[in-house]
Amino acid sequence: MAVEQHILPPWALIAYLASGVLFILALRGLSSPATSRRGNRNGMVGMGLAVLTTMVTQAPIPEGHWWPRPTPDDLVILGKIVGAVALGAVIGLTIARRIAMTAMPQLVAAFHSLVGLAAVLVGWAAYLNPEAFGVVGADGLIDPVSRIEMGLGIAIGAITFSGSVIAFAKLNGNMSGAPIMLPGRHVINLGTLVAILGLTAWFTQDQGLWVIATITALAFLIGFLLIIPIGGADMPVVVSMLNSYSGWAAAAMGFTLHNTAMIITGALVGASGAILSYIMCRAMNRSFISVIAGGFGTDAGASGGGEKIDRPWKRGSAEDAAFLMKEAEQVIIIPGYGMAVAQAQHVLREMGDLLKKHGVRVKYAIHPVAGRMPGHMNVLLAEASVPYDEVFELEDINGEFAQTDVAFVIGANDVVNPAARTDKTSPIYGMPVFDVEKAKTIFFIKRSMGGVGYAGVDNEVFYMDQTMMLLADAKKMVEEIVKALQE
Amino acid sequence: MDFISILSIFVMACFVGYYVVWSVTPALHTPLMAVTNAISSVIIVGALVASASAGELASSVLGLIAVTLASINIFGGFAVTARMLAMYKKKERAAPGPSPEGKRS
Repeated sequence: MAVEQHILPPWALIAYLASGVLFILALRGLSSPATSRRGNRNGMVGMGLAVLTTMVTQAPIPEGHWWPRPTPDDLVILGKIVGAVALGAVIGLTIARRIAMTAMPQLVAAFHSLVGLAAVLVGWAAYLNPEAFGVVGADGLIDPVSRIEMGLGIAIGAITFSGSVIAFAKLNGNMSGAPIMLPGRHVINLGTLVAILGLTAWFTQDQGLWVIATITALAFLIGFLLIIPIGGADMPVVVSMLNSYSGWAAAAMGFTLHNTAMIITGALVGASGAILSYIMCRAMNRSFISVIAGGFGTDAGASGGGEKIDRPWKRGSAEDAAFLMKEAEQVIIIPGYGMAVAQAQHVLREMGDLLKKHGVRVKYAIHPVAGRMPGHMNVLLAEASVPYDEVFELEDINGEFAQTDVAFVIGANDVVNPAARTDKTSPIYGMPVFDVEKAKTIFFIKRSMGGVGYAGVDNEVFYMDQTMMLLADAKKMVEEIVKALQE
Repeated sequence: MDFISILSIFVMACFVGYYVVWSVTPALHTPLMAVTNAISSVIIVGALVASASAGELASSVLGLIAVTLASINIFGGFAVTARMLAMYKKKERAAPGPSPEGKRS
């Protein structure tokens, strides 16, 4: 079965390969902040190269010439394309410039949805005009292998789109972060997935419009269904997973187009999202399946509300915190999602600076799942110009709490819960956590004693002798501490 | 290129991706997501092919919409990554600052 391919000139093949290599270098640059900016520039050059190569190869080259001689019709098409790119550039650059760093998780989710939708549109365009994509077989029908690639590309793209829209709505607060549990959802989801795969197989036999339309509709549906039951704090895993999907969608389209740049990129992005999901799951000691099955944190109110009311706890004040931290030798700050919500990163850095003036060693401890996306806390601290040599990962700093005078927990909860080590019945049992209780004093900023962490479990640390609860909005409390430190 | 050579490139690229991504420092995981987002918009190549194709109007309209969506992602993704990475840069300059004691001793 000979497939009539558009024969790309050798220079174009090499250009696509080069742009794939530049994308690899873009990710390689992220191994350290020092090389990261050069990496990002490599990525931009790679993208520019891929786009220019495509534009040039799409213009018809007359016999006996090496370079395209565009007709007026070609110029009209070129004008439309340039207009579309310019429109996208204006929108993209405006968003990138205006977005607050705390809104980064929802921005990434929104961007994923665009990749997904673009993949669906490209898949449909290839279906409607297979000649342009060079996927027509000798029999005049679309090549069966290409049909599978097309079906999968559209399905993955559609799942990425609708899943990312839900993730965006949950992260942006347009929708409650609480998991929404449909009865029999596992059966529905599995059934839909099987139907999509079955239809994709059937697509090789029958290239009718209804097959591809049903695949698209079912894939949009399952994207919604998959993400709806997943709670807000599991979003780091979801966003990483959707990142991975957007890569596989690009790879599937790369197979259809036989384009090395797309295939290399798809594999890179797919691997990246998968690894990030794995890191997040490991940091919660939960399997990927259990996160995707969803429903975690549903009984937050029920199990958390019961027994803890009567237990004694100590309330601290901003002055207490300022006094004890000023006298300390080492303070470790543990930020969590609450810091992001309160936008407290700038005033927190101010507090750190004042403490350093008093000769205190200040370190920041970041849990892999703190925040709503991988590395969320690092970006916020970077935004507040916290030097990155003061910021430590869980395993690098956990041994230091025993020699630490003050552990300062701001907007985190589950990641400092000792139940993860001791209580086998706890939903977070086995999750690696900070050993804050080894510190001499613990300050715990929390809005009220009522709320419990995402996992819905009570935290022993609240009631410990050395713990002082600072009940207030994180930003206001830190501002007061800063004031007290200045006096 | 036949299917097998394409598949070979894909499999090799998966391995490259695996090792490259594990070498990314956890502090840069958010920029990693933003930049992978931008580069996955290389799907614009397919959108351009569709836009440039003659004959099938629906196909070229879908292509143009996809070009716009992918462009939002490309420009937005790279720009927001650059913005984030610039903040880490500030700290590199500031890094000698906060530890003057170390220099004096």
